[in-house]
Amino acid sequence: MEKVVEVVDVSMNYHTLEGETQAIRKLNLYITNGEFVSIVGPSGCGKSTLLSLISGIIMPTSGKILVNGKKVDGPSPSVGYMLQKDHLFEWRTIIKNITIGLEIQGKLNKENQEFVEKLLNEYGLYEFRNYYPKQLSGGMRQRVALIRTLATKPDILLLDEPFSALDYQTKIAISEEVWLILKKEKKTAILVTHDLAEAISMSDRIIVLTKRPAEIKSIHQIKLTCDYKTPITCREAPEFRVYFNTIWRELDVHV
Amino acid sequence: MYDNMEKDYVSEGYKKYLISHKRFKSAIRVSRIVILILIFVLWEFAANNEWIDPFIMSQPSKILYTLTSMAKDGSLFIHTGVTVYETLVGFVIGTLLGSLIAIALWWSDFLASVLDPYLVVLNALPKTALGPIILVWIGGTTKSIIVMALLFSIVVTIINVFTAFRNCDEDKIKLLKTFGATKKQILQKVVLPSGVTTIISTLKINVGLSLVGVIVGEFLVSKAGLGYLIIYGGQVFKMDLVMTSVLILAIVAAVLYLSVLWIEKKVLKMM
Repeated sequence: MEKVVEVVDVSMNYHTLEGETQAIRKLNLYITNGEFVSIVGPSGCGKSTLLSLISGIIMPTSGKILVNGKKVDGPSPSVGYMLQKDHLFEWRTIIKNITIGLEIQGKLNKENQEFVEKLLNEYGLYEFRNYYPKQLSGGMRQRVALIRTLATKPDILLLDEPFSALDYQTKIAISEEVWLILKKEKKTAILVTHDLAEAISMSDRIIVLTKRPAEIKSIHQIKLTCDYKTPITCREAPEFRVYFNTIWRELDVHV
Repeated sequence: MYDNMEKDYVSEGYKKYLISHKRFKSAIRVSRIVILILIFVLWEFAANNEWIDPFIMSQPSKILYTLTSMAKDGSLFIHTGVTVYETLVGFVIGTLLGSLIAIALWWSDFLASVLDPYLVVLNALPKTALGPIILVWIGGTTKSIIVMALLFSIVVTIINVFTAFRNCDEDKIKLLKTFGATKKQILQKVVLPSGVTTIISTLKINVGLSLVGVIVGEFLVSKAGLGYLIIYGGQVFKMDLVMTSVLILAIVAAVLYLSVLWIEKKVLKMM
């Protein structure tokens, strides 16, 4: 399989007047094309930092990151980022929110506009294109956020706890939906999450990080027996509980 | 939006609620008008019966007389016009310039840190004290009155708008950065639009402050305007003129404030 993201010997230190904090130490990992990988780890272990590094909005202290074989030296159109909250702009309509990435990259041409309309149609948002975000429910807003990310046609999506702000039922429904959309659009995805069940049900592979400074603790290839694989059916697979317990123990949570 | 149970059906309890709400609202409105009428009637009555000295306190009938004669010779409109003009010019320049400086401060952390103590001191300084300086520097013209109006509103604008810019959601900025946005794009697409509500609420403060600046300026230098009428009337003991001018000033202040409120409503609706 082709490696689309490679993290090579990456370390990241944060500097403040109080001192230097090492967030990530000598991390090595790779993601292959079309894979869905989750990254879990204790809170504050540097998971989000890792996504920011891959997206190119911050630079590592040492080491390098390759996306599609090219060294990351800034934000790239081939990487899309989905944040914890939807962060829709209240003063823009849904369609204007979705095209903001294209606007910024100066790619708001006819072809891309048609592509956005196709996405809106396909994912049931076309009638709402001239609505304002406050008129939409939380789940729908998150769907808009996903389409905003897809509009710039990235190959790799970084998902930074994108469902954590939703209530439980919506979270299950939307994570199922997002997973189906990502599979259909054949995207590579890296999900950062606190929710082990979510990680196991959605991923092909789970990377467990140690507490700060983050290093790799273990990697699990997720193989679940279920006929028609989607996150919801996966939750019923017999191996689900086994993975859950193993990873839970590795996280070594003490309250 | 669709939370009404059914469109046409209204329960008895809800009807009662609506009626009592309406009654409460109209009771407030009536009370306000009654208080105003009471004050004027009592004032007139007291002056006529010499409980108070009408030469010092003036009285509503004389104010009305002054008002009509000023309206007839046109001086009412000239003086009111001058004050309103000066206020609006000072207000618009103060808001625009203040917002521009706020943008500059947002752009450069260094500049913002360097200028911070200056802004704090300028904000605390009573701007009235600068009046004589402005007068000497610029001269006794409309220009110095406009500068006074500007001085009163600009520092508050800078501080409020800059604070709004700085409070712009970091994650929204991060989102734009992931699309590769430049600093200018971040300003245009998220910092400015999310600051608009604050800028507009600053307008409400500014229009009042500009009027204060104009009246202070007119006290010091002018040959026309409501501030001039008040200070002139006071000097020659024409209390009817003073009271009339204050009354007009109150109306002008209210109209200006309500206009800004109206603009705010329009703009917020558009967003």
